Amino acid sequence: MSDEEMSREADVRCTVNGTTHTLRVRPMARLLDVLREDLHLTGTKEGCGEGECGACSVLIDGELVNSCLVPVLQVEGAQVQTIEGVTAGGAELHAVQQAFIECGGAQCGICTPGMVLAAVSLLAHTPQPTDADIRHGLAGNLCRCTGYMKIFDAVVRACERAGVKA
Amino acid sequence: MQTEIVGKPVPRKEGRSKVTGAARYVDDLSMPGMLYGATVRSPVARGRIRAVTFGEGIPWDEFVVVTAKDIPGENAVALILLDQPYLADGFVNHAEEPVLLLAHEDKHLLERARRAVTVDIEPLPAVFTLEESLAGKEIVWGEDNVFKTYLVDKGDVDEVWAQPDLLIVEGEYSTGAQEQLYIETNGVIAVANAAEGVTVWGSMQCPYYVHKALLKLFALPPERVRVVQCETGGGFGGKEEYPSMIGGHAALLSWKAGGRPVKIIYDRAEDMVATTKRHPSLTRHRTAVTREGKLVAMDIEFVVDGGAYATLSAVVLSRGTIHAAGPYTCPNVRVRSRAVATNVPPHGAFRGFGAPQSIFALERQLDKVAGAVGLSPAEFRRRNFIREGETTATGQVIREPVDMAGLLDRAFELTDYEAKRERFARENAENNSTQKRGIGFASFMHGAGFTGSGEDYLKSIVGAEADAEGRVRVLAASTEIGQGTNTIFAQIASNALGLDYDLVEMAQPDTGNVPDSGPTVASRTCMIVGKLVESAAVGLRQTLQGAGLLTEEYTQDGWREACRQYVERYGALKSFSQYKPPPGVHWDDEKYQGDAYGAYAWAVYVAEVTVDTLTYETRVDDFVAVQEVGKVVHPILAAGQIEGGVAQAIGFTLYENVVWQDGRMINNQMTNYVMPTSADLPPIRVHFEEQPYQYGPAGGAKGIGELPMDGGAPAILNAIEQATGVRFTHVPLMPEALMRGLNENR
Repeated sequence: MSDEEMSREADVRCTVNGTTHTLRVRPMARLLDVLREDLHLTGTKEGCGEGECGACSVLIDGELVNSCLVPVLQVEGAQVQTIEGVTAGGAELHAVQQAFIECGGAQCGICTPGMVLAAVSLLAHTPQPTDADIRHGLAGNLCRCTGYMKIFDAVVRACERAGVKA
Repeated sequence: MQTEIVGKPVPRKEGRSKVTGAARYVDDLSMPGMLYGATVRSPVARGRIRAVTFGEGIPWDEFVVVTAKDIPGENAVALILLDQPYLADGFVNHAEEPVLLLAHEDKHLLERARRAVTVDIEPLPAVFTLEESLAGKEIVWGEDNVFKTYLVDKGDVDEVWAQPDLLIVEGEYSTGAQEQLYIETNGVIAVANAAEGVTVWGSMQCPYYVHKALLKLFALPPERVRVVQCETGGGFGGKEEYPSMIGGHAALLSWKAGGRPVKIIYDRAEDMVATTKRHPSLTRHRTAVTREGKLVAMDIEFVVDGGAYATLSAVVLSRGTIHAAGPYTCPNVRVRSRAVATNVPPHGAFRGFGAPQSIFALERQLDKVAGAVGLSPAEFRRRNFIREGETTATGQVIREPVDMAGLLDRAFELTDYEAKRERFARENAENNSTQKRGIGFASFMHGAGFTGSGEDYLKSIVGAEADAEGRVRVLAASTEIGQGTNTIFAQIASNALGLDYDLVEMAQPDTGNVPDSGPTVASRTCMIVGKLVESAAVGLRQTLQGAGLLTEEYTQDGWREACRQYVERYGALKSFSQYKPPPGVHWDDEKYQGDAYGAYAWAVYVAEVTVDTLTYETRVDDFVAVQEVGKVVHPILAAGQIEGGVAQAIGFTLYENVVWQDGRMINNQMTNYVMPTSADLPPIRVHFEEQPYQYGPAGGAKGIGELPMDGGAPAILNAIEQATGVRFTHVPLMPEALMRGLNENR
């Protein structure tokens, strides 16, 4: 794509947290920036900008991705879920969020939205994760505060809540 | 009414906002008319600035441009010395030193503009390592490259060497730089103009440090400068001093732009290449020991690389110096230490603050000494552990009960250490597997609060206020950076007053609204500031009781009613408490002798490893952390501090390698500077012994935050020595170094 094409704005239609939007954007803009700046969904964080840390994790059609690596044109027609969508429509926390609070899974909180989405995604794909499943399922999301132990505890507790034994 | 809040895992105050993504960090804030700021930095490590040129194709008239000439006050970051400029003025002393600032409303154009500025510098010879600096290869700071020296002198080590029947063991150890790698990079927003003064919002640990720095930078009186901490995504020391720099930069741009808000958020590459890291260090030990394994003399030389400017190196050096001789009794100790200058970005605060470096050296050296005496590492330490009534290297008499041998026993029991040590030795010798196993430990202490007379100089203040509904707010500049300040302060205050946890909240740290409770550093928040929170809260109760509104025994409803009446009659109900040293504490700054810290946390950490002698990978299989930290205020937060600190220590030991080229970090990306992921870490098992500290809050809490950074590196290398038989002396121990070490040993 030429410079001119990249900077020419275009319409992208997608659904974010259940609401359909038509966004006037530069097609190569990062999904992360569009979420944060155009839609003011600032729960999605930038940690590294190169897909290493996972702070910008979102779900696209149910798959966990780093939104800093996704040009917004790629979500044309897709369902995007951000941390704001995990609790959408009410005050009730998701079992994973509740478990993060109870088990000490969040410290500084900057990795937490991405980590919660990674855990939600893990449990959606693997409702009864083993210890190794949890460790590998969350390995794309870096946390500098917790040493991950309390995050593992939170995932296990969320499973128990869901009535499934981990 | 709450009966016992201390020791209970109450929910983190800001937990809900963090798990829902509602918590607002500085990059989540925006202001009308806001500009984005960027920093043009030096491409070379040392030299004279010849010219700055602005390239073609950029509408420069749309930009706000700030150079050293635009600074209204003094061009120096106020910290300990005034040697570090905000913007280089004719001369640069390290790569990536800030030279010029730009602001524009379009951040994409701003980035193109930043790249279009060329700083032409006549390069001068530079020094890049502490060895080069010590050798005086080039004098790059002061008269001798030395920022600071200390001498701790107990007994007379020089009398010892000639004594008969002693074993003398020497060793040299070194540690590399380490990046704090908080997941939220440094960032601020500033609004500044002559009419309204300067306001900075940002990610930071120490609002009053930034406040002090801005006063100097703008030559303004204290009431014209305001600093507000936003939700902060990790600090670990990396947001102790640096926010004064980036905060000043954003404020200078806003000032020049007539008060338009300016936001500066570093991207990861800039944060890693330009901001502070852990000081690299070199330690030499000469130890004299009897044939029965009693320490007679420890002669220690400790050097840290401070980088290009003084910043906090003197205090980092101080903590490293005082911890260098560890929790052992030895009649003759000399620690000679130096912080030296190099032409790399200034090294700064990072959890442990000099202690992990000197403790690494000591705990490796003591395994070597034990081997020379023919004792096991454990038995050798048992014969030398400090006990109540004995003195540390600085001559501090330990007045609290201390039981290092008990901690060692507990750690060994939890790990089955003795049996594993024996089994691994046998299996490593017998089988031909490429997987070699080892178990090792380190025993250490960490002082809480500022060193020596530091807390006396700080004279921290905490306030508490109650409203007409009886709700209590704690007023402190101590920041929540993930470690749990909001939660433990609320626990301490509600415990002191016998109120529900939910009735107490923390005011946002805002220098316009809270007193200076000191910086959020040095494992001081719980023990030192927490004690002030407790006294300020008690002050509220005493005021109500003094006014005859509250009886000796009261219910929560009684409290609410008393507050209602007080506020109605007299207005605001506030109470303040200021630090006073505990009785009998003395420190001599000249001789570096006396009570270095009010209290110490004590610990024994055990690591179990597997070394693959084919791939040169090292895996930590199990990690047990046993410590005595006084009363544990919140068991989950406390364990979280230990687990997180141990994870950082494992990174420091095996993964995190800063690669330097001509004084510049060249692996300044998360892709090639590798911190541990959830798949890399062993189970980290945490065990607390509680020995209440009589001057601590909430029934005797001490400090905890830095402690877990100290023991990991030596415990792991001690374990690797068992696995491989090679005495490694440097961390990080990267696979390449492991390969060289094993090959040399074959």
